[in-house]
Amino acid sequence: MSDHSRAKPYMNPYLAGTLLGIVLFLAFFITGTGLGASGGLNRLLVFFQNLFVPEHIDQVPYLLKMAGGNTNPLDSWIVYLTVGTIAGGFLSGLIGRRVKVETNKGPQISNKTRWMMAFLGGILMGYGARLARGCTSGQALSGGAVLSVGSWAFMFAVFAGAYALAYFFRRYWN
Amino acid sequence: MTSFPLPLAELLGHYGSYMIYLLVGLAFGATLETAGFGNSKKLAAQFYFKDLTVFKVMFTAIIVACVLIFLSSAVGLLDYNLVWVPPTYLWPGIVGGLIMGAGFIVGGFCPGTSLVAMATGKIDGVFFVLGVLTGIFLFGESVSNFAVFFESSYMGRFTLPELFGVSYGAVVVAVVAMALLMFWGAEAIEARVGGPTAQKAPRLAVPAAGGLLVLALAVMLIGQPDNADRWNMIADEQLAMLDERAVQIEPAELLDVIHNAQIKAVLLDVRDERHYNQFHVHGARRLSPEEVINSARELILEPANTVFVTMSNDETAATEAWRALKAESVPNVYILDGGVNNWIRTYSDEAFVDEHLIRGRDNDQPAYRFDAAIGARHPAAEPNPEAFEIEFEPKVKLELKRAPTSGGCG
Repeated sequence: MSDHSRAKPYMNPYLAGTLLGIVLFLAFFITGTGLGASGGLNRLLVFFQNLFVPEHIDQVPYLLKMAGGNTNPLDSWIVYLTVGTIAGGFLSGLIGRRVKVETNKGPQISNKTRWMMAFLGGILMGYGARLARGCTSGQALSGGAVLSVGSWAFMFAVFAGAYALAYFFRRYWN
Repeated sequence: MTSFPLPLAELLGHYGSYMIYLLVGLAFGATLETAGFGNSKKLAAQFYFKDLTVFKVMFTAIIVACVLIFLSSAVGLLDYNLVWVPPTYLWPGIVGGLIMGAGFIVGGFCPGTSLVAMATGKIDGVFFVLGVLTGIFLFGESVSNFAVFFESSYMGRFTLPELFGVSYGAVVVAVVAMALLMFWGAEAIEARVGGPTAQKAPRLAVPAAGGLLVLALAVMLIGQPDNADRWNMIADEQLAMLDERAVQIEPAELLDVIHNAQIKAVLLDVRDERHYNQFHVHGARRLSPEEVINSARELILEPANTVFVTMSNDETAATEAWRALKAESVPNVYILDGGVNNWIRTYSDEAFVDEHLIRGRDNDQPAYRFDAAIGARHPAAEPNPEAFEIEFEPKVKLELKRAPTSGGCG
């Protein structure tokens, strides 16, 4: 853990965006698929569900595709991408001296409130991401770059949903 | 043939190819972290117009990737048909997006950024990831209740250029121009709302923006390769295959393929509707020659063990369709040797063949007369493989698939 005051500043957003764009391009160029995150988490979860309640998996069609019978839910590229994302974030944080146990929140709320809201927001995010067949990375970023109609509609919906509710949460973040 | 995307499974093996994804993930996570996406306050500030980092990073990434993808496709390096385009399920996508927008303002992250937050020790990130896992779990348990909605408004691989009926290059230019205008607006908003803490744009920003716009214009001027261009890239190699008759499979092999449980046979009948109605092989799908090119992108999404067989009365139209599909990078395409005429000759009794033979016909026209449109109800439409033990020279070889069958959040 490093001293926060020595943390290096974040990269300029346009420069970071350009780098992210190049990573996204290389992903498509080399592998043919874009980036993603929620799919990897989904499969990790199904892997543990399959350890404890395999009979249940075999009864739900949505789960069956990933782990029915002898199918290994971890036998998918997206799992490796997700593991890489976690490791890459950690390494970059380490180099930038930004790895620090802390809770980021608005000044008017307690840590516990923030944790509870993060958990609730996560539930909405996880549920919505599966319904939309992708998250911000898989749909908006990747689908947006290859000009998918559904991905652009999705992207506007995410921004619309967040801006529509932002007013009611202003005391919570500011 | 274009070299990219690479046939990773063929080059590195099934698990070896996963190492590439691990490396892509490392780069992805590191970029998100350096952009500040591990910090929920920075992310949420987007929605109070104080710090538009999320918007700037996201749209810069989209336009940079977009220009590079369509530029490499325009010059024939990358095969856009083999690139995963998330299929459009319009309403589930929009409703899911709205729910995610709510989750963003409540929780402060999206799934990808929360992973990076967790990795750098942010406790709110850890709670968010636990929430995402819970949400995914709840979705898996409840989706059966609204399966119809979840599968609704499916439009397949549907792109903005197809929606607006303009070229890919024109859309690339429009997206880049729109994003640059919005960046200019974002800077103005930040300067007013964010005050002196707002970050200054780097000095290189304007030339870089100009450079990107020039590249986008280049994409528009070069244009994307059409079916004829794509064929020219592979013509030498494929014409040799045609001449050696390496892709024309005999009726006996087709019957074998149809009854092979490990292969999915897709029979594409490119004759006139009239001839198709008179007689066709059981299970054959009629595809008019004009539809062939447009159907290619749907055919690419078929499972890896699919074998496509084109057929016409003789071989001329079937060979044209084969060429078009090969040029569009559809894997495992073959031609029925001798066409439907040869099939009828092989699987009908001699009396039928003698009585119904049409003499003095033109090339690629029916060789046998049918008095009624009996379609697949003729005995030869679905021959019993055990009644016909015919030797054949096997030609079908399954290629490893290069195109991804799932993407994004598969």
